[in-house]
Amino acid sequence: MSFTRGFKGRGHAERDARLPPGQYDVGSDWPVLTAEATPNLATSSWTFAVEGLVRHPVTWTWDEIHALPPASYEGAIHCVTTWSKFGVRFGGVSVDTLLAQAEPLPSATHVVAHSHTGYTTNLPLEDVTGGKAWVVWDCDGRPLEVGHGGPARLLVPYLYFWKSAKWVAGLRLLDHDEPGFWEVNGYHDRGDPWLEQRYQGD
Amino acid sequence: MDAPAPGRWQMATVEQVRQETKRAKTFRLALSETSRHLAGQHYVVRLTAPDGYTASRSYSVASAPDESARCIEITVERLEDGEVSSYLHDVIVPGDRLEVRGPIGGWFVWRGDVPALLVGGGSGIVPLMSMLRLARRSGRSDLVRLVVSVRNQDELYYANELPGPETTVVYTREAPPSGGRAPGHLGEADLRQALLPEATAYVCGSSGFADHVTGLLARLAVLSERIRVERFGPTG
Repeated sequence: MSFTRGFKGRGHAERDARLPPGQYDVGSDWPVLTAEATPNLATSSWTFAVEGLVRHPVTWTWDEIHALPPASYEGAIHCVTTWSKFGVRFGGVSVDTLLAQAEPLPSATHVVAHSHTGYTTNLPLEDVTGGKAWVVWDCDGRPLEVGHGGPARLLVPYLYFWKSAKWVAGLRLLDHDEPGFWEVNGYHDRGDPWLEQRYQGD
Repeated sequence: MDAPAPGRWQMATVEQVRQETKRAKTFRLALSETSRHLAGQHYVVRLTAPDGYTASRSYSVASAPDESARCIEITVERLEDGEVSSYLHDVIVPGDRLEVRGPIGGWFVWRGDVPALLVGGGSGIVPLMSMLRLARRSGRSDLVRLVVSVRNQDELYYANELPGPETTVVYTREAPPSGGRAPGHLGEADLRQALLPEATAYVCGSSGFADHVTGLLARLAVLSERIRVERFGPTG
């Protein structure tokens, strides 16, 4: 390891053990990082679809998805641009609940999450099952703001936050990995913050 | 379209430090492993303390892609609570070595071959400057129009190099005495005069600035698939 001349770091003596390597605590801020123009999506025409390698492709309306058993997540989120944010509460529905209705085929190994804006991101199926992923529309008790992906976004908090597609429109199940928007642009296919999988090749 | 994976971490030598404005400095870095960047890409700078603690931040490359791929320039705004930017400003001098990694990003890039509208707010001009420099150097200034919004003259980066038929500076608070346009927020008219047919728009600045500009572009009927946005969070 090579040290940087004269750099001591600031107040890291009590570095928070909840911070993955290379991350810092952004506190109460929540930076907005988006590569596209922010869309304006009406909940009256909003839909969420699970399709591809499933026995029953399903599309939910805003009211239909709200009628499913609610689920929530409270904890940290980690952005690849090195900020992390603790104690965020999200409310929505578990991806497990959605997949239980669609019934993935045994051949399904990966998903591509896609957004109403055309944004895509890829994930192994096992990273969105077993209580690890949600579709969320509430944040800290309030409707999710459009800048943060409202009316609804995917939430996969155990991976870097670009995997948590804003303005999510659905999941497509595949029998292979299909790199999404950032992944074809040099970012890592999986994006585990604890392994610092930021870029291709990490 | 795909961008290659960024190189591994490497040591770069600081060749030159220039004061760009009161709060911004440009650092010229000589790379040990050469890798030609695309205009709009960024590098990550990683600082390591003696106890192993690291802090890294991403900085856009301001220089045009360089045939020799030996050097890059990054322009860094000094943020008061910015752990990395304040170190770079207060400590780094020519001859120092910095650990860097890149180039990164394949979305907010201009390859020099299609019409482009470049819209920057304040320090958001940095990746756009790489694009402008590429256009000028390759003799394709006809393809680009750059509009930069700053509060006043003191906050304008690259002030000596910027003027040209393809660039417009919009002053929001205080315009120079010779300026024709009264100070005020960037508006539809500022963008309309710079919008080439079929142009792809590259918008870079704070989140509020980006939202404002993409709203104006929508009113000018620029399709959302022709808009690329890079927002600055607190990148300290």
